[in-house]
Amino acid sequence: MNGQDQYRQEIHSMEKQKIMELLYEVKDPEVPVLSILDLGIVREVKVYTEEDQQKVEISITPTYSGCPAMDVISMDIRLKLIEKGYRHVVIRQQLSPAWTTDWMTEEGKNKLRSYGIAPPNPKQQFCITEMFQEELVNCPRCNSTHTNLISQFGSTACKAMYKCLDCTETFDYFKCH
Amino acid sequence: MQKHLFTYLLHLADNALVLGQRNAEWTGHGPVLEQDIAITNISLDLIGQARHFYQYAAKGFNQMAAEEKTAADQLLPRIWKSYGRELEEDDLAMLRDEHQYRNLLITELPKGDWAFSILRQYFFSVFQFYQYEALQCSTDPDIAAIAEKSIKETAYHVRWSAEWVIRLGDGTNESHQRIRQALSELWMFTGEFFEASPFETSLASTGTGADPAAIKQKWMDAVSVVFSEAGLDIPVAPALQSGGKKGIHTEYMGYLLAEMQFLQRTYPNAQW
Ligand SMILES: [Zn+2]
Repeated sequence: MNGQDQYRQEIHSMEKQKIMELLYEVKDPEVPVLSILDLGIVREVKVYTEEDQQKVEISITPTYSGCPAMDVISMDIRLKLIEKGYRHVVIRQQLSPAWTTDWMTEEGKNKLRSYGIAPPNPKQQFCITEMFQEELVNCPRCNSTHTNLISQFGSTACKAMYKCLDCTETFDYFKCH
Repeated sequence: MQKHLFTYLLHLADNALVLGQRNAEWTGHGPVLEQDIAITNISLDLIGQARHFYQYAAKGFNQMAAEEKTAADQLLPRIWKSYGRELEEDDLAMLRDEHQYRNLLITELPKGDWAFSILRQYFFSVFQFYQYEALQCSTDPDIAAIAEKSIKETAYHVRWSAEWVIRLGDGTNESHQRIRQALSELWMFTGEFFEASPFETSLASTGTGADPAAIKQKWMDAVSVVFSEAGLDIPVAPALQSGGKKGIHTEYMGYLLAEMQFLQRTYPNAQW
């Protein structure tokens, strides 16, 4: 590797850092307290130079197939980067490995809870798809486990609707996936 | 991409799109708000799955050699040919004619009452679940990736619809009557799931596609368990209605397409 290549690589990794910080500012349009990094949908950020131009390639994994937020997120990423002067941006959707709620960060789960949405349970222990089985979900307001499933599908495809029997609040549960 | 694969992708996409369109008719008409939201969320999942298959089909078509493109000509939307640009997902979804759709007949039947929509969803979702299960191991990495993603959603659809089949079957006299009526109308369309078309046979032999005949026993076993809880009997009548995979549809398909395609045909290339 010659000196120029090495220099270039250092620039690229610094740029990558900056881009990660910018991505932290891109929010999930349906749950605006969560950044797309909290959500765990950013798979890869690549910065490279081609024909003397610096290019950025970002891979994201869709959450749900029909999630209308995915197109908005792609556009928001592009806008955010253009705003900061990155002109050659490619956003790729990567389907495999499929996104799972386990990729959501702890910080993201805490933000969800304080926003009034119960965060997803860890997949291995709790994710239940058998009939008439209810997942144990804690109320995001009073933390009671005394809760009832109202509907498996809530305000968006990623959420179910629950009711807390202690504080009587109805709340969304971010389903494990 | 070869014609068989292109056809297969359209078949998988059309199943999801057409049923998604039917379920979307429940928007604002569900029996209670929560279930209205549930079935329309299932629509959204299905339409999203359809998009993945159409996107892959369009990309594959654009990369075909000239003679392969000619072979696939019968499946292409006529209006698109006048556009003079590459094929896109929306052209496939919104501009083909009735005989170019390869969806199963069961997906295009009118939504009927709640029992009918529920039982149709259940039959379809169980089939789709095992189909995706097989496709996760497809030798085609794009198909495997779409299946891996979609099966998680389908697992929820199976659960939701199975619970409703039991609730209606084991519910009141009226709900039981209604789901039995739905069963008598739907059963004849279930045979088509497992009847392999030439494109399915060809793709199953290379490990690209799933052999629908191999799904039959699993489907029967799953349905039997739920039916026994719901107090329903598996009909003995043969299930002989088919044609969708060949592009021969029921009288209902034209009306569905007329509504679904109106905007793109009247205002070509209109954007949301
Ligand atoms: Zn509570």
